[in-house]
Amino acid sequence: MRANRRSPYSPKTVGSAEPEIAPRSLFDKVWDAHVVEPETEDRPALLYIDLHLVHEVTSPQAFSELDARGIKVRRPDKTFATLDHSTPTLPPGADGERPYVTDQAKTQVDTLRINTAAHGIELADWGSEARGVVHVTGPEQGLTRPGMTVVCGDSHTSTHGAFGALAFGIGTTEVGHVLATQSLLQRKPKSMRVWIDGGLAPGVFAKDLALAVIAQLGIGGATGYVIEYAGPAVRSLSMEARMTLCNMSIECGARAGMIAPDGTTFAWLKGRRFMPKDDGFRNACEDWADLATEEGAAFDREVKLYATALTPMATWGTTPDAAAPICGTAPTPADESEAKAQRYMGIEAGQPMMGQPIDVVFVGSCTNGRLSDLRVAAAVLRNRKVAPGVRMLVVPGSEAVRRQAEEEGLDEMFIAAGAEWRLPGCSMCIAMNGDMVGPGQRAVSTSNRNFEGRQGPGARTILASPATAAAAAVAGVLTDPRIYLEAGYVG
Amino acid sequence: MSAEPFVTLTSRTVVLPDANIDTDQIIPARFLTTTTREGLGKVAFHDWRYDATGAQKPDGILNTIDAASHRVLVGGENFGCGSSREHAPWAIHDFGFRVVISSRIADIFRSNALKNGVLPVVVDAETHAQLMEQPGREITVDLSTCELRFGNHVTKFEVDPFARACLIEGVDSLGYLLNRTAAVEAFETRTAA
Repeated sequence: MRANRRSPYSPKTVGSAEPEIAPRSLFDKVWDAHVVEPETEDRPALLYIDLHLVHEVTSPQAFSELDARGIKVRRPDKTFATLDHSTPTLPPGADGERPYVTDQAKTQVDTLRINTAAHGIELADWGSEARGVVHVTGPEQGLTRPGMTVVCGDSHTSTHGAFGALAFGIGTTEVGHVLATQSLLQRKPKSMRVWIDGGLAPGVFAKDLALAVIAQLGIGGATGYVIEYAGPAVRSLSMEARMTLCNMSIECGARAGMIAPDGTTFAWLKGRRFMPKDDGFRNACEDWADLATEEGAAFDREVKLYATALTPMATWGTTPDAAAPICGTAPTPADESEAKAQRYMGIEAGQPMMGQPIDVVFVGSCTNGRLSDLRVAAAVLRNRKVAPGVRMLVVPGSEAVRRQAEEEGLDEMFIAAGAEWRLPGCSMCIAMNGDMVGPGQRAVSTSNRNFEGRQGPGARTILASPATAAAAAVAGVLTDPRIYLEAGYVG
Repeated sequence: MSAEPFVTLTSRTVVLPDANIDTDQIIPARFLTTTTREGLGKVAFHDWRYDATGAQKPDGILNTIDAASHRVLVGGENFGCGSSREHAPWAIHDFGFRVVISSRIADIFRSNALKNGVLPVVVDAETHAQLMEQPGREITVDLSTCELRFGNHVTKFEVDPFARACLIEGVDSLGYLLNRTAAVEAFETRTAA
């Protein structure tokens, strides 16, 4: 079968009469396979988009633009919508009404309902098992495939790169472009390979690795680049861990983060709703295996890290790159911006990270709202209690995650420990649905951004892994999660 | 959506010296439940301008300047990092800014700004430092020559030629994309997409 087929990603066949082409990276191959019209000096490339994920916040103005011009969505079959950002995480009240934070939030959700119905787009609405945070549910449903181009009006679209897709966030104007034409005008970004040797020690997770990568590159250090994460430590990551790593790529400015697909990828994808079946899936896997970066492929920049030495990380400032080992101390600020960040956080240079008091713990988001994240948080909380005075919110990333977690009894474990168990959504990560951290309160959050006020006006956010977040909930202060995890726990 | 044409602008600067001014500062997420583009200037930099009671903060520069004569925003390094929300350039435009200058501007913000009549200008460290030290300075941003001028200082900046043409003509790129439909159809046929 294979002999009669050729994937678009194959390297040049040895001895063939094809012209010599330079070894290509994963990014090169996905890019090349989607160029409708190549870029010139005067005009960016016209790039074909395979999958467009849509949510309620960044789409209404795009649909309005199409409607104003009398344009229908070109490929509703390549478009998938969900509700996540503005949605309440508490169930309907006695009156049967969902507790939206404002009428405007409800209107925004209803607007997506109307727009998707009018254009024939599948919407994962309330009650659907597919409803959830867009970057959790997309892969879960098998919408994301290796080798695809994936876009969404959300910067954490980089998550889908974990499957070997080229996935990036776009603004609302470009959401309109993709709805109308299934294509985008794009200059090809530069390429960076982040090679990670070794492997993560027990009790150290993909979130810690992501924070270490961002701390090394700096918040704007990868601006203009697409990152490929490679090396033994990346190969040994689970699929969910890979998504966490790729998710945070935007936090060092990267356009996208990618990981070449392998057996781990294929095993995770098999049987999911939108995946091809049987021979179709086997053939697809053969094609996808060709996506891997060829030896000798050129990168504009190469960076190396050693994973084995990493310990749990936490942030001490108001940018995601302001991360340090939790066993260490807050650093001396390098400039006025960092000094200001430490004042905002109430963390002084030289203070140990461990022992910093906290008020709120949030476990969830497109970074860390998957089943493995909830399991490790539950493992820390098992037979323990959330410390007095600490509020802990656990928000599954999707309905499918919620249902599986409840089947495993994780919800009961969280509730018994004193945490709140909520309905899926972005929730306290972006704090636009009413789930907020109070002014001046300090939160340990498994989300992706610790910007000033990100989790509510005046809120102070410490980013960390689900294990570290749960450990902080138990201790009431920032602490090393490894003291609560069974020896050898691997997420 | 098309904007008014942008060719050249002479105006005063507002300097926001912080590095890494993210889109959550430009427009906090709780204001993103809108379903239109209009009127976001009043919540631009909301939490820098207003306290928890909604009263104006006395030290907020954006509360004291005359927006009509200050149409150039000079920000610290890595302006516009964070989310992809196009509400950020919508808010900045509606507030009155037409140019954002920094030594580094985040990719998605830059792309969004260009589509909404806000010109993102990345300058070298020395020019950036000079502008940061002189808030309120009158400068000229000339898109026809891709030059930024103040006093004796003249510096070139780069803009994607396609985006530049769209800005100068005040047109958006959707029209161009719709004209490429045949090429997209051919691609779909060729790749069975």
